[in-house]
Amino acid sequence: MLGNHPVGGKFGKYGGKYIPETLAPAVEELESAYEKYKNDPDFQKELSYYLTEYAGRPTPLYFAKNLTEHVGGAKIYLKREDLLHGGAHKTNNTLGQALLAKKMGKKRIIAETGAGQHGVGTALACSVLGLTAEVYMGAKDVERQKLNVFRMELLGAKVHSVQSGSKTLKDAINEAIRDWIANVNTTYYLIGSVVGPHPYPMMVRDFQSVIGHEVKQQMRELQGRLPDAVVACVGGGSNAMGSFYPFLDDQDVMLCGVEAGGEGIKSGKHSATLAAGSEGVLHGMFTYLLQDECGQVTETHSISAGLDYPGVGPEHAMLKDIKRARYAASTDDEAIEAFVTLSRLEGIIPALEPSHAISYAMKLAKEMSKDDIIVVTLSGRGDKDVQVVQDYLNNKNRRKKKHAK
Amino acid sequence: MPNRIAARLDELASRSECALVCYVVAGYPDVKMSQDAIDSLVSGGADIIEIGIPFSDPIADGPTIQAASHSALEKGVTPEKALQLAKSIRKRHPDLPLLAMTYCNILVRVGVEKFMAHAKECGIDGFILPDMPIEEAGAYLQAASKLDLSMVFLASPNTSEARLKNIVKSTSGFLYLVSVYGITGARKSFEDYTLNAIKNAKRLAGAIPVAVGFGIKTPAHVRLMKGAGADGVIIGSAIVDIMSKSSSKAKMAKELVNFAKSMKQACKK
Ligand SMILES: Cc1ncc(COP(=O)(O)O)c(C=O)c1O
Repeated sequence: MLGNHPVGGKFGKYGGKYIPETLAPAVEELESAYEKYKNDPDFQKELSYYLTEYAGRPTPLYFAKNLTEHVGGAKIYLKREDLLHGGAHKTNNTLGQALLAKKMGKKRIIAETGAGQHGVGTALACSVLGLTAEVYMGAKDVERQKLNVFRMELLGAKVHSVQSGSKTLKDAINEAIRDWIANVNTTYYLIGSVVGPHPYPMMVRDFQSVIGHEVKQQMRELQGRLPDAVVACVGGGSNAMGSFYPFLDDQDVMLCGVEAGGEGIKSGKHSATLAAGSEGVLHGMFTYLLQDECGQVTETHSISAGLDYPGVGPEHAMLKDIKRARYAASTDDEAIEAFVTLSRLEGIIPALEPSHAISYAMKLAKEMSKDDIIVVTLSGRGDKDVQVVQDYLNNKNRRKKKHAK
Repeated sequence: MPNRIAARLDELASRSECALVCYVVAGYPDVKMSQDAIDSLVSGGADIIEIGIPFSDPIADGPTIQAASHSALEKGVTPEKALQLAKSIRKRHPDLPLLAMTYCNILVRVGVEKFMAHAKECGIDGFILPDMPIEEAGAYLQAASKLDLSMVFLASPNTSEARLKNIVKSTSGFLYLVSVYGITGARKSFEDYTLNAIKNAKRLAGAIPVAVGFGIKTPAHVRLMKGAGADGVIIGSAIVDIMSKSSSKAKMAKELVNFAKSMKQACKK
């Protein structure tokens, strides 16, 4: 049973706990607290209360009729995590972990963020649960996701702009880990994806699995069967793992993760870790990484800040190796095109991250028959990205005009 | 020949001297200067040298060492160049105990045993990997024992007794006790919990010497650690700070010699 992983903290050979010794007791404490509360009906009841009454679960599984007709292939359904409170799937995890932190008696929460969505999710969860939040964010991301920085501040979180390294998500994680080491007795590190040392990849997956469980049930109600394919974007891999996990042992359901192809895999400017990476250790886990031949982690590129990460969750690494899931990449251009297409055809402005998944799903739908069903996890809404997209389109038009002259 | 690290620590213990362990980032400010820095530290009295192999994501390091590692990487310093530095140090100091300090991925990328075997050829006597806990150390331990390399594991003030005993079992050379809850970086002062942690580690470490590191900057700090029972002190950021602030090569050499002398003096008291 694939669903039984992790075994001993590992997904096959991936995962583990490559952490400084100071964090070992904290990770052990977390592990036993999670084991305890995972099966505690009161905890689950309270979490479920917040997820429904506060955050708006369940989210709809919407049949994208116009998009389906436009593509002319398999039926495309959208799992509307963009409608979740906070604007992305991140809230599933932040409410779960913040509630756990509260039960553990930790009052100070730290988090990292890339696009700012996890930072916003952390800030709102801490606000409603009465915890303090400090969020580390790469200086480059602070610049390109200004709206989310202000949202975090409005929600009462303190945002630290990280100036080290490549000034993006990986450096924000480094800085959050350093803070955690220094304040290990009082602080809870609320990781935003299925990454980091065990038990984080498992725990975040479990909290995000509400996505896949709902899809399964909704699909049964709507169509009386399981989908043929589930497609989700992969940054660290949490919305994908949450979508995939309940289907892992349903071998007939194809699982597709879509990474950021940036300017193309060949250009070297991308974040397609599974497609183009190699094995290594980063942020406490053994997994696939984008790195040079000496083991230095390399800078990544994506138009979407949320996918701009040189590592990936260890469970995805396992699923790739055993070929249970397939992993593809969409480029910046393709993501923008899907962003615009979905906006025009369905009146839904998606975040740039799931735009990668939508682009790939459109290709996949064409290859499949009209009776087939694809579910795409629409992991977040695109308000945060409109400025980036506008600049991108303006630049492109300018280039085109230049070319025409 | 016995491992140089164990031999040196035995010899110091027989004179009730604390070992002075000095850390230098390979290739910072450049390869030649890091080599000169090691020479200066040794002539000032350093007993053991730690060569830091820069890694892109040094999560256990504070701003000082982060900046130095980053600068070395920008200048194109690779693990191979760091090992070549070790080789040239080894030629000039045949008996000097030399440790490599880096992060897991540098070894994992090439293959743990392959990297360690090559390091050994270049004169390295042991490894310190701050993100390698005993649970993940299987291949590393095997290779180290095959190659007779010291495996310096870290312990922290919050490490439980049971865990510390297990760490000690896997450790050779010395146990690296992290002085504080925190990352590397020079400090003004230490709290009682650090001294208690030293006493505790000494009680549980048996025959394995205990060296204390992170934040140590002054002779007074050294005396404090020695007073609590430390067999060695590890100095990193304070040395990198001196190197980053020195205005000339000659000044740097002089400052490092004097610094090492004053620290070594405190190790003897
Ligand atoms: C809307 C959205 N989708 C996806 C991601 C990528 O994260 P993950 O791969 O963990 O789902 C992010 C990250 O910020 C996001 O904001």
